[in-house]
Amino acid sequence: MNEIDFLNWVRGPGFQIAVIIFVAGIIIRLVEILMLGRKPNLAEAKGSAMRSGLRTIFSRSIPEKSTFKRSTFVIVTGFIFHIGLLITIFFFTPHILLFKDVSGLSWPALPTPIVDAVTVVTIIALFLVLAHRMSNTVLRFLTNYEDILVWLVTILPLITGYFAFHRVGATAPTLLALHILSVELLLVLFPFTKLMHAFTIVLARWYNGAISGYRGVQS
Amino acid sequence: MSASLEKGINVLKEQVDSTVAAFFSSCVHCGMCTDACLFYTETGDPSKTPILKAEPLRRIWKSEYTLSGRIAKLFGLGKKVDEKLLTDWETLVYDSCTLCGRCSMVCPVGNDITLLIRKTREGMAAAGHAPEGLIAATKRSVTIGSPMGVKLPALQAQIRHVEKDTGLTIPVDVEGADYMLLLSSMEIMHFPEFIGAVAKIFNKAGVTWTLSSEAFEATNSGIQIGVSDIAAELVQRTVDAAEKLKVKTVISPECGHAYMAIRWDGPNLVGKSFNFKVRHILEVLDELRQQGRLKTSSMDTQKLTYHDPCQISRRGGVINEPRNLIGMFAENFVEMSDRGKMNWCCGAGGGVSSNERADEIRLKVFQRKKDQLDEIKPDAIISACSNCRLHLEEGLEEYGMDIPLLSLTEILAEHLED
Repeated sequence: MNEIDFLNWVRGPGFQIAVIIFVAGIIIRLVEILMLGRKPNLAEAKGSAMRSGLRTIFSRSIPEKSTFKRSTFVIVTGFIFHIGLLITIFFFTPHILLFKDVSGLSWPALPTPIVDAVTVVTIIALFLVLAHRMSNTVLRFLTNYEDILVWLVTILPLITGYFAFHRVGATAPTLLALHILSVELLLVLFPFTKLMHAFTIVLARWYNGAISGYRGVQS
Repeated sequence: MSASLEKGINVLKEQVDSTVAAFFSSCVHCGMCTDACLFYTETGDPSKTPILKAEPLRRIWKSEYTLSGRIAKLFGLGKKVDEKLLTDWETLVYDSCTLCGRCSMVCPVGNDITLLIRKTREGMAAAGHAPEGLIAATKRSVTIGSPMGVKLPALQAQIRHVEKDTGLTIPVDVEGADYMLLLSSMEIMHFPEFIGAVAKIFNKAGVTWTLSSEAFEATNSGIQIGVSDIAAELVQRTVDAAEKLKVKTVISPECGHAYMAIRWDGPNLVGKSFNFKVRHILEVLDELRQQGRLKTSSMDTQKLTYHDPCQISRRGGVINEPRNLIGMFAENFVEMSDRGKMNWCCGAGGGVSSNERADEIRLKVFQRKKDQLDEIKPDAIISACSNCRLHLEEGLEEYGMDIPLLSLTEILAEHLED
């Protein structure tokens, strides 16, 4: 297989397989969660579960003051790499063209130099996150092999994407193929690892807000 | 596998619902819950990480209720729940967690971690891994009717004292009264002044109320140890008494978990909605205040603060009521830095105070409350939970601090217009 065949495979069958596993996996995971169901609450309500649940979905993104003080590093680096991922994935011109190709939807891109800079910042933030995870007593205690694997498959598309854009280290088709392959790895592992929080966070925050709001406390 | 372990695993399976699955699916191991837990902040021990305390439940969810976990199980892979895990986890789940709920407020993905630990306790207890102190308290609750072994004659003796001191009648078994008051054993034995305070306030406000000789105990060891069957049996006693006396509202006294048990867990434990209301004493008093039926005549000039009992404030929803009431008599009220739904636990809730094995750690983690108090240096602390109150008194003594503890109901009664 030469590099063009390789590129064609990762762009064609490889990509299709990855997207199918990604979509089917997410549906399976969400269904297996929701199918478990919940018993209705028979206690008399003091507040609105629905209003509080909806609010918590958004309000949990903003940490309360004393929490920010205690977990500053995790919160700041967390914000940086999440926003960085959002920008690099969804606001880079070639990516938007791909989304348009697949879904027909399109939106304005950010200037390429900005996305380029954000990529570097995001990579640095993710390395800081890993360094913190390895040096902090609590995080080291908490960390398992899945945490490392997820970190790796998250940073690989950023690094391969950066190299592909700047054409460093190999020929353009090989670099692009490696970038797409790294994204496929991310897609395939997504539903079966903690990456799934990107979807289940809505459920978790909703439940938390609803449980608390029913008792009259905005969580 | 031993019969008790199998029972524990089956009970853990019963605990899994969509909330449990959503919570475990969302954890990213960020460690923020650890920073929110006083058992970590005051010990520096990473094994106290809140989400890890629910590990037995997580393993059951993973291996039984996820596709990847079930496949792993087929190949004999995946982490199992065994006797050793439960033995290792017993002190984490019971001694190093007061179910205070602060981690649930902080988790960035929104996990109600406290709910997960509470559910883990159900499996631990079923597998025979609950602390002796809590088992004994639970047995006394079932057989005698009180975790401290307080029987009706003891209550009657205290009632006679209170009636003599106040000159008021304490109504017992009065059919058709508006309110039926529950009491915690701690109030009966250590703080009988509470009964007198309620009598004085209700007398002034013209409220009809009663105690029940058949169900006066408010506490519920079943929800602390994590045995829903027993918790339901204890709730049912209150339900039967309230229905027999045809009261409109049952009042939960100054006790945190008692309020959780009867107000929020109660109907779900017995499987039906109550045909009476349940209110915390502070909610009742605040309602009387709103109706203009409570008038204070004197003001307190001391620097006062309020310690939020976790199960009443953060987990219970009674946060504004105490502040409204304190406003009626306090000239110099100061809040602690973290308060209301973000308060720090005293360190003795969730059955920790009934568990002698946890005596050392609960006094150690009291350092968190001490630091909070050092910031504002109050003359006195008001609270609304006898368990908090006893532990705060003990903690303050241990740390050489001389700050009196006041019951909100009692201090309010003192400031009432004559």
